[in-house]
Amino acid sequence: MNEAAGETRSVVVEREMPHPPEKLWRALTQPHLIAEWLMKNDFMPVVGHRFKLSGDWGGVLDCEVLTLEPNRTLSYTWDFAHDDAAYALKSVVTFTLTPTQTGTHLRMEQVGFRPDQKQAFGGAKAGWQQFFGKLEEVVARGD
Amino acid sequence: MPDAHDVLFKAFADPTRRAIFERLCREGEQTVAVLTAQAGVSQPAVSKHLGVLKQAGLVRDRHEGRQTHYSAQPRALTPLIDWTSQMAGYWESRFDDLEDLLKRMDQ
Repeated sequence: MNEAAGETRSVVVEREMPHPPEKLWRALTQPHLIAEWLMKNDFMPVVGHRFKLSGDWGGVLDCEVLTLEPNRTLSYTWDFAHDDAAYALKSVVTFTLTPTQTGTHLRMEQVGFRPDQKQAFGGAKAGWQQFFGKLEEVVARGD
Repeated sequence: MPDAHDVLFKAFADPTRRAIFERLCREGEQTVAVLTAQAGVSQPAVSKHLGVLKQAGLVRDRHEGRQTHYSAQPRALTPLIDWTSQMAGYWESRFDDLEDLLKRMDQ
């Protein structure tokens, strides 16, 4: 990340899953399973491996495995190249698995947005990005 | 935990609903009949879509005689404008799919 620390922000989503960490790990690291809940991909559980996440909206995210600690933590870059800086995105996604009495606490943290990239969320359909852009104008105008 | 942006994402999941809402934003208050004329779906379908938008706080209705007039409530969109809310909503829905997958998987 080249952005100054002050420009980055993060999103954290956490959830308790009634399943053991080993099972979650498979869902996070086996390509055919990743495809079922996230996106089509050519992921390999190898640090430094570059892969792509292909969304059904036609967008492709460029990713690289950064850290890999089986059943505990996984992080990779989550970059979206776009000519329009408002849509481009450089970020890092980190999944942390913590065993609990009833299963696993799953935490996802995504870091690396810049404040001027409000519309850049890689998971959204391209049409939605435009849509949110329009909504932003509408809200800015007030009612 | 369902929250404001969850409700909004669901309300906007349907293209016809998005079109109706955009139209109300653009052109101001409209009756169901006028909206139906351009929506390409039946009046009951339009009313149903308006009901969902109303539940999400995105439209307000006003009764005048036998007509019901609908207007957009753009302030309801505020939770979506912040990108952190957008992305959190995205990951929440991914986690929903992940949970479904885990249920189907063998130990």
